[in-house]
Amino acid sequence: MSLPASAAPADIAQPAGATTYDVAIIGAGVVGCAIARSLAIRGWKAIVLEKGGDILEGASKGNSALLHTGFDEPAGGMELKLIKTGCATYRRIHGRMNLPLVETGALVVAWDEQQLGKLAGIAAHAQANGVAVSVLDRAGLRRREPMLSDRALGAVDVPEEAIIDPWSAPLAYIRQAMMHGAELLTGAEVTGLSRKRGAWRIETGKGEVAARLVVNAAGLFGDRVELLAGRQPGFTIRPRKGQFVVYDKPAHDLAKAIILRVPTERTKGVLITRTVFGNLLLGPTAEDQEDRIHAACEEAVLRRIMAEGEAMLPALAGQTVTATFAALRPATEHRDYVLKADAKSGWLTVGGIRSTGLSGSLGIGEWAADQGSIILGEARAAPPDDDLDWPRMPPISEVLPRPYRQAGRSPIVCHCEWVTENEVRAALSGPAPAGTLGGLKRRTRIAMGRCQGFGCSGALARLAPHLVEAGKTDAAA
Amino acid sequence: MNREPVVLIVGGGPAGLAAAHSLARRGVSNVVVVEREPEAGGIPRFCPHPTFGLTDFFRPMSGPAYAARWRSLVDPGTILSSTTVTSIGSELETMLSGDEGEVLVRPKRLLLATGIRETPRAGRLVSGDRPRNIFTTGALQRVLSEGKGLPFRRPVIVGTELVSFSALLSLRDAGVRAAAMVEPGERIVARRPADLFARAVLGTPIRYHSRVVRINAAADDAGRMASVTIEDAVGRSEEVACDAVIFTGCFTPEASLLGRRPDLRDVGTRGPAVDQFWRLAERGLYAAGNVLRPVETAAWSAREGALAGEAIADDHFGGAPLGERRLQIRADGLVAFSTPSCLTVPGPALGPMRMAVRVKRAAQGRFALSADGAIVWRSGLMRVRPERRIVLDPKFPDLENVGELRIGFEAQA
Repeated sequence: MSLPASAAPADIAQPAGATTYDVAIIGAGVVGCAIARSLAIRGWKAIVLEKGGDILEGASKGNSALLHTGFDEPAGGMELKLIKTGCATYRRIHGRMNLPLVETGALVVAWDEQQLGKLAGIAAHAQANGVAVSVLDRAGLRRREPMLSDRALGAVDVPEEAIIDPWSAPLAYIRQAMMHGAELLTGAEVTGLSRKRGAWRIETGKGEVAARLVVNAAGLFGDRVELLAGRQPGFTIRPRKGQFVVYDKPAHDLAKAIILRVPTERTKGVLITRTVFGNLLLGPTAEDQEDRIHAACEEAVLRRIMAEGEAMLPALAGQTVTATFAALRPATEHRDYVLKADAKSGWLTVGGIRSTGLSGSLGIGEWAADQGSIILGEARAAPPDDDLDWPRMPPISEVLPRPYRQAGRSPIVCHCEWVTENEVRAALSGPAPAGTLGGLKRRTRIAMGRCQGFGCSGALARLAPHLVEAGKTDAAA
Repeated sequence: MNREPVVLIVGGGPAGLAAAHSLARRGVSNVVVVEREPEAGGIPRFCPHPTFGLTDFFRPMSGPAYAARWRSLVDPGTILSSTTVTSIGSELETMLSGDEGEVLVRPKRLLLATGIRETPRAGRLVSGDRPRNIFTTGALQRVLSEGKGLPFRRPVIVGTELVSFSALLSLRDAGVRAAAMVEPGERIVARRPADLFARAVLGTPIRYHSRVVRINAAADDAGRMASVTIEDAVGRSEEVACDAVIFTGCFTPEASLLGRRPDLRDVGTRGPAVDQFWRLAERGLYAAGNVLRPVETAAWSAREGALAGEAIADDHFGGAPLGERRLQIRADGLVAFSTPSCLTVPGPALGPMRMAVRVKRAAQGRFALSADGAIVWRSGLMRVRPERRIVLDPKFPDLENVGELRIGFEAQA
């Protein structure tokens, strides 16, 4: 499988000199990580090329953290199919990796008569999609969610909707991939792609990489990567921004289920959901923009969705806001995922994974591994779970026994989120260590609490000076 | 540790340590001070400037020296450091996380002395990108205390409270000059002439009538700060190049341990609602110090802690007036809140610290206390400013049959 040594230029630093990988995956978002996992466990030699300093630096860094059943997705599309596979796979494997799953269920709430009239149709669509639902009347809804405004008239109950940890899950996927021989190269922006003698030569910020198959999972830059390879993308990324508000712990149990709205023609509207970290999340908006890098919060918009949230859940008024954030979804002109396998060129396109990437990722991974295996010339199936190596993820959610509760714990360095020093140290070492400050936060929750760094900034400067870039001032002096 | 302390003090800052000191002097044993940091002393530990000690120890002291002084007055055996209270349940069932992991303790009485925190960027809902180097004063001082240098060179400071100038001084000590201080009002919140000092000595201009409305990342790197957009009172905006923003002050009580119980919180401060004996509406639960309100000096907080310790000792030895009911003192109009925010009646109307109030805007006029709608007391004519301590000593009528107390302000043109 090796290319001649001449194919490997001398400036390749990290990836071993003359290796030709079976597959190079461009993009270490949740989708790229899950694809790497699926291919690696089938025995394919994989490398993940990520331009950011860590995984999840693009679209995957912020989302609603739902494990979505697909109950409201259009019938017959790949999105629905892969969400269903992805959910089922997550439910099967999360325990082995120590990943949380909280069975909150979701309620699609009707706030006026017109919406009430749509509930039966929503329920019928869900059932056609193979998702069990029931319709709650006003009294039933009130019993389930007593804090909800009494303007709520009824709801479709979707019991299988759940919440998960949106950062530990992809990290677990990439770690399992690495246990099965995959490599992760961060800071490796792809700058050129050419195909010669049955392999792709991929120029990156970290040198050149050769691979027989490329999977384009570049998210917000998916169409650009297609163009870089001289391909017609067939889709254009139209970044869709979502703004969110995170409320502090005391608000956590104001809603038990995920509170959704009956969608209008234009939008699904904002939702309210608990998080596995013990907060309450409100959002997202859906705002189209051109910029693929910046996701700015807008005070007026945040205030508007907070007012919307308070209208649904009056007790939200006056609750402490722990964080606000905005994230971009890689929407396209297509409603469905853009999934294309080009056997002749050794190329898989995984584009437009708009907003269900977290739920669909394991299903997308299976699709990519099925298609990729065929292209690579051997239709390998995934081995049985018992034959695989499994990473055990650190318990950072509130539903698992966290280290601060254990005897002999190391000092707590983040007093809002109760993160211990050893958790921070662990996240800075081992496979796929934190490569950015954001990555360290996503691995540990440090600095994600209500004080946003008052307690932990010193610890961050001490434990991770390379990530906070401490000492810039000294350098200038 | 003892799982059933007579008094559990949550927070080893000036208020908590002063309470422990009082309790020890009164002969109450089995008192535990829980401190989440490795060392007790509270926020002064990180304030190196000699602005402490004058009113309680009668000499200027640095924050760390002041914290050390309070520590020296408390038996180290009562301080449980590196220990965090994670929840306070019903009947004061308290979960602690320390060396032994998480344990349940059942104190007879609990004093909440958890202080305050500054409102960070998120709580202010500031628009824009989310690059690195967005700090509060506290975070800044924690970074400096690690001695590894700062990750920026040209910060903008939001706010002009006392703590804002503390941030400015800390920056100067680190060799960093701030690009600007931004103040929405027409004058600084801290006492003058801090503004002259800022400009003349530290070379930092203060932008009045202005707000930081947006944080802008670099065009090619969403993680790197490029500038802030500052907007003035008539909506003119300007970009100021900077590589960090320090959000200072805008303090809020650190009362998350109270959860969502509205009966325990004051609507004005969102901190605990205490009566004249520092008691909350739950038996055995007390609060003192800056957790009560934003924000007082360390000395003031310590004095409250000392008095709360006295009240707890009285209760312990059976000398505390129980009272029959709690009468809320509603803050009206210009008045933001009062401490205490309740009175237990019948009982002595106020303790030695009388009634401390804050106002929302600068004004001139008289405070007016009303009982069931009728004004029963007026203060003398005063000029008042927000974020300043105002101590009132109202004469209360017989409160036995009073259903509602209000403290308001009658402004004069």
